Amino acid sequence: MDIREISAEEITAAVKKLFMECNYYAGDDISQAIKTAQENEELQIAKDVLQQLIDNNEIAAREQIPMCQDTGMAVLFVEYGDKVAVKDGSFREAVEEGVRRAYVDGYLRKSVVTDPVFDRKNTKDNTPAVIHTEIVPGDRIHIVAGGKGFGSENMSSVKMLTPSAGVEGVKKFVLDVVAHAGPNPCPPMVIGVGIGGTFEKAAQLAKRATLRPINTSNPDGRYAALEEELLSEINKMGIGPAGLGGKTTALGLNIETYPTHIAGMPVAVNICCHACRHKECTI
Amino acid sequence: MKKIGFPITEEEIKGLKAGDRVLASGYLYTARDAAHKRMYELIQNGEELPVDVNGQTIYYVGAAPAKPGYAVGPCGPTSSYRMDKYAPSLLDRGLKVMIGKGMRNDEVIESMVRNGAVYLVAIGGAAALIAKSIKKSELICYEDLGTEAIYRYEVEDMPLIVAIDSEGNNVYVR
Repeated sequence: MDIREISAEEITAAVKKLFMECNYYAGDDISQAIKTAQENEELQIAKDVLQQLIDNNEIAAREQIPMCQDTGMAVLFVEYGDKVAVKDGSFREAVEEGVRRAYVDGYLRKSVVTDPVFDRKNTKDNTPAVIHTEIVPGDRIHIVAGGKGFGSENMSSVKMLTPSAGVEGVKKFVLDVVAHAGPNPCPPMVIGVGIGGTFEKAAQLAKRATLRPINTSNPDGRYAALEEELLSEINKMGIGPAGLGGKTTALGLNIETYPTHIAGMPVAVNICCHACRHKECTI
Repeated sequence: MKKIGFPITEEEIKGLKAGDRVLASGYLYTARDAAHKRMYELIQNGEELPVDVNGQTIYYVGAAPAKPGYAVGPCGPTSSYRMDKYAPSLLDRGLKVMIGKGMRNDEVIESMVRNGAVYLVAIGGAAALIAKSIKKSELICYEDLGTEAIYRYEVEDMPLIVAIDSEGNNVYVR
């Protein structure tokens, strides 16, 4: 395969579009899940809150404004083909420029501060992004972009379970994290669970799981069943929309896994709000 | 649905019960993490606040930028618990209403009861909808904080829910 040249400008334009669109338009999977939940709720307050979310998302799409003011920190999962060469720039700077243009030109909130502990000065253009890049065979670039709000991010957790904890240990940890989050992360939530790998790999898998449409299942039937079981248990907690009670505490739960060490079973739970913003493209 | 005004009256506060749904009109101030930290430090040093919070309302929000032609950008509530460290000292200065989302800690609730204040919540994530009830936005101070600056919002029929009333009843404790 020959080397394929992609211009930095093309990457920038694609990234800009992904972040603007994921903030203005709720995904079909989320919209459908909210609608179904609204029909199934019995509690009036739960029905009303979900109706507000439906109305809110319609306003955002119609007026092309963000559905939530926290338009997030920009997270990208990139599969970068090993036959791709970036022309007129670097991949990293092309992505950052795309984020910059989306947040500045698209009226998205700038929520990123420089130094986390001491300075905490707003960078004013929402950069830098968090970019997870994997080199894959081929001559394309695949980008999954997510705008991650921190009301829900703050409710996330990683735990280094050990093998004897088994599937029961996984269940207990996931349910504990969600119960502890309660009304804070803007329920109904979308929950990403990452199991396996190392400490940081589990967290990355959990984030990636939140960016998978919630109307899809893990290809391994055992994990697909676990996704369903955990979602059902979570929706029995009674936290409900906005934490005000009801049957809809989570809209979806996705699990992603990776091989791990003989001594370990890391589990990460990444919580996302109902505004689970993600969009993908291939260049 | 009950209608209330901001600044709120003592009678209105007494009439609000956890779980009540209200429409609020009047004006309020915005402040979130960084503005709270600054105000808290002023109080610690015995200095004057840039805004007299006595009798007032603070909305925990950092709005998105307003598109041309809009009074304000999308502006839903942020998580209130991050302001728990700072809230009691503002309540002691007469703050009457806090608006945010999610839980408060025991210290905040005790301070609310002692000072006769209420905690209201807006629906997290309904930011585009909530913005429709904000008619005017004016920068008050801390411009350098960007979205975290203190603004004064004029609101009309802003949809809110009483989460914790002035007797300490809590809608999240079921």
